[in-house]
Amino acid sequence: MVATQQPLEGVSLAMFQLAQWLRSPRPYLMFIGFALFLGFWYMAVDVWKLPRFAQLPGPDAVIKEWFSRNPSFGISLFTPDYYLDIWASVRRIAIGFVLATALGIPLGLFLGWSKTFREYVFPVFELLRPIPILAWVPLAIVMFKGLETPVIFLTFLASFYATALNTMLGVESIDETYFRAAQCLGAKRSQVFLHIVVPGAMPFIFTGLQISMGVAWFSLVAAEMVSGRYGLGYLIMNSYTDVKYPTIVIGMITLGLVGYATSTLVRWFGNRMMQWRVRELALSEAA
Amino acid sequence: MSAGAIRIEDVVKVYDPGGASILAVDHCTLDIAAGEICMIVGPSGCGKTTLLNAIAGFHSITSGAIYLDGEMLCGPGKPQAAPGPDRVVVFQNGALFPWKTILENVAFGPIMQGRLSRKDAEDKARHMMADAGLSGTEANYPGELSSGVRRRVEIVRALMNDPKVLLLDEPYRALDSLTKSVMHEALLEIYYKNRVTIFFITHDLEEALFLGQRVAIMTTRPCRPKKILDVDIPHPRNYSILTAPRFRELMEETVDAVHEEALKAFAAGEKEGA
Repeated sequence: MVATQQPLEGVSLAMFQLAQWLRSPRPYLMFIGFALFLGFWYMAVDVWKLPRFAQLPGPDAVIKEWFSRNPSFGISLFTPDYYLDIWASVRRIAIGFVLATALGIPLGLFLGWSKTFREYVFPVFELLRPIPILAWVPLAIVMFKGLETPVIFLTFLASFYATALNTMLGVESIDETYFRAAQCLGAKRSQVFLHIVVPGAMPFIFTGLQISMGVAWFSLVAAEMVSGRYGLGYLIMNSYTDVKYPTIVIGMITLGLVGYATSTLVRWFGNRMMQWRVRELALSEAA
Repeated sequence: MSAGAIRIEDVVKVYDPGGASILAVDHCTLDIAAGEICMIVGPSGCGKTTLLNAIAGFHSITSGAIYLDGEMLCGPGKPQAAPGPDRVVVFQNGALFPWKTILENVAFGPIMQGRLSRKDAEDKARHMMADAGLSGTEANYPGELSSGVRRRVEIVRALMNDPKVLLLDEPYRALDSLTKSVMHEALLEIYYKNRVTIFFITHDLEEALFLGQRVAIMTTRPCRPKKILDVDIPHPRNYSILTAPRFRELMEETVDAVHEEALKAFAAGEKEGA
């Protein structure tokens, strides 16, 4: 490695990474993976008509419907209703996730940092956490008025547990010597919290946020299927009742894409916040 | 320099894990003069780190007392010293904060204590790093540097606080022997510029004799000085003294005492395992 070379930045760095990626086998393997998946789906449904698969819409039917200006079942890339459903889900996720993050991270930090606080709170937390989110549905409907708030509450709850727990584990994962070093250097308790506890827990916090985003989507769709109006979960359930099978698959694929986009966003943000870790990991990969 | 004399007086430390009392330090008395490099030699697990932790204020002592320049750090009525920037520890596995840049790490102490503004602390940090030959690493994160460079940065971070005592807990243990020899000379160079008291724990006798003005060879669990040796080779020193006849003589004088303790530690380890 030539150590004296200036590191690339901005667009030239992105171009370099793209060129590297295209030169590696990864994009081609990915393409083959997708082709095999779609091929199997097509063969199983449209050609072999395997039992269990025969009822399902094939990839051609789904893609035709999805890209149709005049879809037979009412939902495609060109209908406003499609975006209404996406927007409804994304909005619920955004509110639930932001609330869960804003409350979960401080709770987790304090749980990890203060033994006394932990003695009070953690047993209750541990007892509530294993209750599946679906079990909360009736209470959520009783507790909150309207159709929107119960769904957001359920999304929030799942996220909140994941974030708080991982943040707490993050604080516990910090090596004792960092606390000792900070004390030696004259840091007061509040300074230790700010300069050691918060940044030290950061890697776990962002892992927690990835998990939290995943469970947020999980409970959102479940909640939308049970109650609520609009949203991708609602779309899927409704299409099932109305026997609009290609629309179900459109809803599922959309969930996959939007879910992927949201976790990428969280990962991107985490890398921006933790340059030290990005550089460390890059070096250990290079070595 | 006059500040930084440590007096360890009749210190006893009993650990109590699960009801079984373990005597880690037994009536240990040791005087370290201000500005002296005192090397503490003993096999791994002999209890020497317990002594360091008591001085630093990470652990309590059971009885006895420790003084810094005549002031009691811990003793009767005050079992545990308060950690502070007058006694900075350099840790065995390194404790630079990985989430802070080298410059932020070095400037950390004075900023936390409110002694210097951020700008002044960073200016001082740049200056001290340049002095130690570490310029150019300011913007790096610790994870990007070799462990040898990290140890040097850590010593500079400690010295930023104008400590009376540096407590080093086998800081070069994980380094290969070539890097180690470079580190020893770098440490001495820093020491000649900033005469602080150095309390240096090691299990490496050669390292102890090369660096130390005095070497205390400790008995293994319970820990207590077995032999205290004045190393009458004048400072400044460099690596050529390793082959000097006087150095070989001192080696021969002490190697048996160290080996005996190592054997005891080994036998004790076997007993615990059985």
